[in-house]
Amino acid sequence: MTAMSSTIQHGSAATTSISEQAWGAEPPRLGLRAYFTCFKGIVWREVLRYLHQRERFMSALVRPLIWLFIFAAGFRQTLGVSIIPPYETYVLYEVYVVPGLLGMILLFNAMQSSLSMVYDRETGAMRTLLVSPFPRSFLLVSKLIGGVAVAAIQAYVFLAIFYFWEGELTGWGYPLLLAAPAGIFALHIFNSATEMFSERFMQRALMVAGAFEIGAIIAVIYYWNLGPPSMNYIAVAPALVVAGLMLGSLALFMSSVIKQLENFAGVMNFVIFPMFFASSALYPLWRVKESSMLLYELCQLNPFTHAVEVIRFALYGQVDWPSLGIVLACTAVFLGAAIYAYNPSKGLIARRGGPGAGA
Amino acid sequence: MADDPNPTEASAPALVVNNVSHSFGDNAALKDVSLEIPRGRFVVLLGLNGAGKSTLFALITRLYDNVTGEIRIFGHNIRRRAMAALQRLGVVFQSRTLDLDLSLKQNLLYHCALHGIHGSEARRRTERALQIVGLADRAKEKVRNLSGGQSRRVEIARSLLHQPSLLLLDEPTVGLDIGSRESVVNIVRSLVEKEGLSVLWATHLFDEVRPTDLVVVLHKGRVLFTGTVPEMLAKTETKTVSDAFRKLTGSATEELAA
Repeated sequence: MTAMSSTIQHGSAATTSISEQAWGAEPPRLGLRAYFTCFKGIVWREVLRYLHQRERFMSALVRPLIWLFIFAAGFRQTLGVSIIPPYETYVLYEVYVVPGLLGMILLFNAMQSSLSMVYDRETGAMRTLLVSPFPRSFLLVSKLIGGVAVAAIQAYVFLAIFYFWEGELTGWGYPLLLAAPAGIFALHIFNSATEMFSERFMQRALMVAGAFEIGAIIAVIYYWNLGPPSMNYIAVAPALVVAGLMLGSLALFMSSVIKQLENFAGVMNFVIFPMFFASSALYPLWRVKESSMLLYELCQLNPFTHAVEVIRFALYGQVDWPSLGIVLACTAVFLGAAIYAYNPSKGLIARRGGPGAGA
Repeated sequence: MADDPNPTEASAPALVVNNVSHSFGDNAALKDVSLEIPRGRFVVLLGLNGAGKSTLFALITRLYDNVTGEIRIFGHNIRRRAMAALQRLGVVFQSRTLDLDLSLKQNLLYHCALHGIHGSEARRRTERALQIVGLADRAKEKVRNLSGGQSRRVEIARSLLHQPSLLLLDEPTVGLDIGSRESVVNIVRSLVEKEGLSVLWATHLFDEVRPTDLVVVLHKGRVLFTGTVPEMLAKTETKTVSDAFRKLTGSATEELAA
């Protein structure tokens, strides 16, 4: 093999066959199986890319945790949450804010993936996606679902952390759970400064830490006798998918229309902050109504509010039908707009820039 | 194929571009461009930066639709039969399109998936494609660790995975050192010789043209010349391709000024 590749270096390839099929043969018909392969490939690439970007992984987790542990803890005394559906008793502010923070994870991810699509388009990765023979709408929806999968991973890690926080462990419970992530984090910081260890060593360390963490989780659940989570972690899955799809398709549409989306600060100011704060993520809407009727109306118009409510009800095994309807309708509209924008003949992509989009 | 009465696939040229114009706002990037790539030929698309090469590539790869004229790949109109056309097309874009954080193998497997190739077949093709470009022993490395020439070769390997009959390369040798340039050129040329691949090779480097190639000269969005190298030299009464190119584009500029 090595001998072969060295001769090939100089261009005289010993073999040029790629498969059993001859060059120039009729390409195979693309059936359902091929569609599924393509879909799986696109989703898997999104997940792989995410897992390889350790900084992104960290920051995605740290953000909601800061809100939960610092903001929510500080806010707890300021804001009383009365009993509103789906809650049946008074809840702590930390409990109230969980669906909002899950929504935040979805929102940040959607915007980040829309930014990466702008970036992709400029580096050309989006163009390699679009020269795939499958229909463009199928490719874009697959890409979207890939982004939702990444967001769902983060959401579940967040829920796992919330579960242990609620468990109110004593003694060495939290140190045990935090040891492996903290160790990996420290090692990573240390290594990016000194580059003392190889990539391979880091991968091994990560695997060892992962194994340790699983052991720690099992030990903690067993030793502290933790029951099932207080919220319905299974019913929330479809809600996360629906809400993620809506935010993802909004982001996909924006990535194809708005040139200014290229820096994250702009997205933060003009999209993420308004959507997040003018919603029911941080405070119940009846509270908002007391202070400003206008803001209340704005919150009602904000699709993000409804995404959060769908998640909130799902966490208690219930369905908020009006919100679900609004979320689904918004998804359909945004997705349609995004597919239109990427349509090569009618789309907005054709009217912008020159070949500068790719070269 | 009922909606495609014109040349049948059996005899159609690899690529036909027919009277295609394209503009961005008031800025006409391509004006009435026509060209043809016969099967099994190496066609060089010569043009300076801004000549419209990338726009032409964007149209052929359906980043934008051709509003006027038509583009056919092996007889398949790319607007009406996009799937059949794109299945036969392999592209190496000018900009880098690999995922730096993923390994060579992961990058190529992703491309297999984009063409519906799965499982052991995808792995086999990935391995062979890497052998062709001489990088089989680095399959598990991250693309980030490769040199410019090596990642170019990976991009070529990727464009071959679905065994396209037509390969488009947009300035594939820009920014490469002499050794890498040579190896990239040789890989593609040997595919033309051995497998009868049809190639459209866009460049502004005249020394990449060989006497047996077909040449298309694109200048300010217009096709100024199509034909063989000897024809080009004879028409312009020059001895080298670069002189011929200068003469063709020089006189075109004068015409425009006049």
